[in-house]
Amino acid sequence: MKDLKIITRHLNTANSADIDVYLADGGYQALKKALSMTPEEVIAEVKRSKLVGRGGAAFPTGLKWELTRKEKANPKYIVCNASEGEPGTFKDRLILKNDPHMVLEGFIIAAYAVGTSQGFIHAREVYTQEIELFQKAIDQATERGFLGQNIMGSNFSLDIQFYKSAGAYICGEETALFESLEGHRGIPATRPPYPVQVGLMDKPTTVNNVETLCNIPAIINNGADWFASIGHPDYPGTKLFCLSGNVKKPGVFELPLGTNLKDLLEAGGGVDGKFKAVLPGGISSSLLTETDISLDFKTLAKAGTMLGSGAVIVINSDTSMVNVASNVAHFFDEEGCGKCSICREGTRRAAEILSRFSRGQGNRNELEWLLELHEVMKDTASCGLGQVALNVAASAIRNFKGEFLAQVRKEEGVWLR
Amino acid sequence: MESIWKEKVDGVITQSGSSRLSLLPCLEAVQEECGYIPHEAVNYLRECLSIPSIDIYGMITFYSLLSTNQKGKYVIRLCNSLPCYLNGTENILDTLVDNLGIEPGQTTLDRRFTLELVPCLGLCDQSPAMVINGVVYGKLTAQLVTEVLDELRTY
Amino acid sequence: MVTLNIDNKQVTVPEGTTILQAAKEANINIPHLCYFEGLKSYSGCRVCVVEIEGEPRLATSCSRKVAEGMKVNTHSARVRRARRTILEILLANHPQDCFNCERNQNCDLLRLAFECGVKKLRFEESEKRVLPIDNTSPSIIRDPNKCIACGRCVRVCHDIQTVNAIGFINKGPDTMVATSMDRGMGNVACANCGQCILVCPVGAIKERSAVDAVWAAIADPAKHVVVQEAPSIRVSLGEELGLPAGTLVAKKMYAALRRLGFDAVFDTNFTADLTILEEGSELVERVKEGGVLPQLTSCCPGWVKFMEHYYPELAPNVSSAKSPQQMFGAVCKTYYAEKAGIDPKTIVNVSVMPCTAKKFECQRPEMNDSGFKDVDYVLTTRELARMIKEAGLDFVSLDEEPAEDLLGLYTGAATIFGATGGVMEAAIRSAYMLITGRELENLDIEPVRGLEGVKTATLNVDGLELKVAVAHGLGNARALLEEIKEGTSPYHFIEIMACPGGCVGGGGQPIRFDSSLKKKRGEALYEEDRNMPKRCSHHNPSIAKIYADYLEKPLGKRSHKLLHTEYTSRPVV
Repeated sequence: MKDLKIITRHLNTANSADIDVYLADGGYQALKKALSMTPEEVIAEVKRSKLVGRGGAAFPTGLKWELTRKEKANPKYIVCNASEGEPGTFKDRLILKNDPHMVLEGFIIAAYAVGTSQGFIHAREVYTQEIELFQKAIDQATERGFLGQNIMGSNFSLDIQFYKSAGAYICGEETALFESLEGHRGIPATRPPYPVQVGLMDKPTTVNNVETLCNIPAIINNGADWFASIGHPDYPGTKLFCLSGNVKKPGVFELPLGTNLKDLLEAGGGVDGKFKAVLPGGISSSLLTETDISLDFKTLAKAGTMLGSGAVIVINSDTSMVNVASNVAHFFDEEGCGKCSICREGTRRAAEILSRFSRGQGNRNELEWLLELHEVMKDTASCGLGQVALNVAASAIRNFKGEFLAQVRKEEGVWLR
Repeated sequence: MESIWKEKVDGVITQSGSSRLSLLPCLEAVQEECGYIPHEAVNYLRECLSIPSIDIYGMITFYSLLSTNQKGKYVIRLCNSLPCYLNGTENILDTLVDNLGIEPGQTTLDRRFTLELVPCLGLCDQSPAMVINGVVYGKLTAQLVTEVLDELRTY
Repeated sequence: MVTLNIDNKQVTVPEGTTILQAAKEANINIPHLCYFEGLKSYSGCRVCVVEIEGEPRLATSCSRKVAEGMKVNTHSARVRRARRTILEILLANHPQDCFNCERNQNCDLLRLAFECGVKKLRFEESEKRVLPIDNTSPSIIRDPNKCIACGRCVRVCHDIQTVNAIGFINKGPDTMVATSMDRGMGNVACANCGQCILVCPVGAIKERSAVDAVWAAIADPAKHVVVQEAPSIRVSLGEELGLPAGTLVAKKMYAALRRLGFDAVFDTNFTADLTILEEGSELVERVKEGGVLPQLTSCCPGWVKFMEHYYPELAPNVSSAKSPQQMFGAVCKTYYAEKAGIDPKTIVNVSVMPCTAKKFECQRPEMNDSGFKDVDYVLTTRELARMIKEAGLDFVSLDEEPAEDLLGLYTGAATIFGATGGVMEAAIRSAYMLITGRELENLDIEPVRGLEGVKTATLNVDGLELKVAVAHGLGNARALLEEIKEGTSPYHFIEIMACPGGCVGGGGQPIRFDSSLKKKRGEALYEEDRNMPKRCSHHNPSIAKIYADYLEKPLGKRSHKLLHTEYTSRPVV
């Protein structure tokens, strides 16, 4: 089971980005099959497969398509989110370079199901090579009639507009992404209403992550039951885990959800040094200090952390947790959008405070204040960024308090009260 | 120079229309062509797309890849996010600062290099990593960095 | 209708109502900073958060719509802690010099910090921002260090005024309100309307103050300091000094001005009547001789600058008549100087205006037809109130005094200038007489009154169907202006005021976040008009006198020199 490769099955295939190579391995058969079904049937199939989004929110994909399709407003839109700004995430880069047609096929099927003829792709500007390959794939698909007007002779048409991100992590957040495409500053919207009701240009919009879309052709080809039987019963299918940080062989590993973290670390050649802590969901998650845990959404949530997009960042014992907390706090200080007061001011104050701790100039009282600030940010920030910004800092202070206390400003050898 | 970015902007508008949906691609086209966004371009976009100039300025200052200031010939973007940090960004940064004589955010006097600390580049499996004018350099060491800079000095 | 429970009270409101609005029905004012009635909700400050039963996080009541059976707690311990923390963290990045901030009597941040129980500022080691102050405009000064990024000023400038002079720049904690390419408000297409000042919850935006200069002029024995006051002042000044909005305080105002030390106390209402004679005559001439129509009023300097930036091609439509303020300046340093035997070189003209754009207007280079700078300083209503307080005057108890007749006598037509539609109504009362030779019977022209954004009316004037329109708020004006550009405008005469509500809602007025006050101030002006012995500008004896003794006739040679002006075109940046 752990050797099953759905998304990375062409990893070692030569010229896998080329349409003829993709076609030779059964490419675009799923699209053909989907077009012979009704959109509602396609949605039902994906719902039965129990596929949940792979971008971090883990929302049931079929349900998202259904909710969008149900909305009365027209036109509808579909967006492929290839922003991949989350530190520790580099799976979409791999997919776009290696198997752009798989993404495309999934995207076209999704558009068909949702009922839209206008698709958008928002990709990381930094991925110049990957973008080139993907744009080439779009051209090839259009030439062969898999994209554009009357796809494969049906009366379904799809036009894709490609957007490069202009360098803002927050634009990976779907409503900020919409703002960006619409020619505005990337400020997340107030929710409710949600994108499926009021999204891009205020129309019902489905946003799917690259990895999510890659699962669609396989689900349509092999059936929902097949997919639902893979791996974790609540979250079937595989996940592209990105292993980085202090590991011997950082990389992307396609494994079933529910894989134990220990096994993932082993696949990555083991920890480089002695294990200290891990962020199972990247810098938006809280620190874990154990490795014997199932990597699935529910288990990690119960453990007080989260899986998110599966960016597993390993930290060894040579690293100061104060510096880790400071590094992460600075990231959110720089990448917040600035709209909501608590996040705008909170991330700046946290970065400042943790910088001082890094320099050995910490004020002991500020540790409690950071913990309270964390609670208030979780409670009141407008979007996910503000809600998670202090997760690393708070979990670092709780689990490694000694390290922080050692960085408190000493005056004449006396601890500050 | 003006005629080239104007052409590019006109090209985007011809393809995508003159609504606000074209603003980001237009700005990116100008940025790519000039390395920054001249204020003449802001005026031109204001006229062509009927968008207030403060909105355009607000866009430019929001997105880190857009700028109203000219940068150096080579923009060195060193990743400063956690996975790279865990694998030694600080040492690489020290090497760059020593070699170039500038701090992050600054440009060398000969305008050849701009040094920037940037958030995750998606190259975490090759950390520490940097991108210079679209070219990826991963698994950096002090020596590799020095070699790269020496080579770029020859162009 | 939806029924929900807010703080143990059942509230029933129409569907689509926000929790904040619904709470108001239950007499609960949920604390807020970025919410402003009449503006789109922004949900940025997060102060208005409430606890909704069953939800994991707090929700912003300004954006969240009510739902049947919803149970809301507006001040649970969790909510109160959140509010305190938010206010605390805003204060951590805020200058701590409340003692000398013009807004310390009505600063929302200060008030909420106290009301919501902020006891101590824990983030005391935070590095304060040091941002440059925008000092480029003669009218408005912005201090970004005090800005809490609530966005109200941006929303009013973009959505209501459609001027787009200011907006957000940068990202995250570096977010700030600025102008395009950081040119400064004086160097972009800003109308100087000052609506941004009226909505700012803190002291981040204020008028450029002339108070010190006026004190110095008053103290200078060599100077003869003359003061004129706009119609709106007499129904608004009291608000700053302990009286309800709409209290008519004209005569106390004159007394206060004398106590402050002004050498001559006149009234802009006199030149408002003069404006009607000039502009009314101009309209009649255009109608009779096929001049450019529609004629657009010109007394609002915010509108005039807006026109010069955005609609310079419509300059021929705009009346050439100066504003009452500027007419006053010109006749004061000529006619009055002559009559009173005073060397005009020694005259300092001070005007009290509900307006910030007037500060720009008085320093327009062409405003020197008297041979000197016609109007030297402009004080806003707020600035005058500060001077009165500084002088320790017990305003409420002052005995009433009259203004001097020469440039101080006025009719009801003049005083209604301060309300939207007032200029139009005043002009019609006199234009009717100028066209027909008869007096208009019903002087109350209801269709042009009120707070509707665009008002229109048609009047039968001896067979001529005179079509008029009134717009207030620059966003509302645009529709009428586009019509003119396209050649489809059906109107003969259009009044445009930059500020919503007209001058009673001007950028120099008392800052109160209560939209009903504009109405009260306007109504007080119409009330004064109703009670005045003379209600038409052409019945003002002082007006008859100035024409007889000095100007000769409306649109005559001297009138043209002193009372009319020209416009320029300005770039849009």
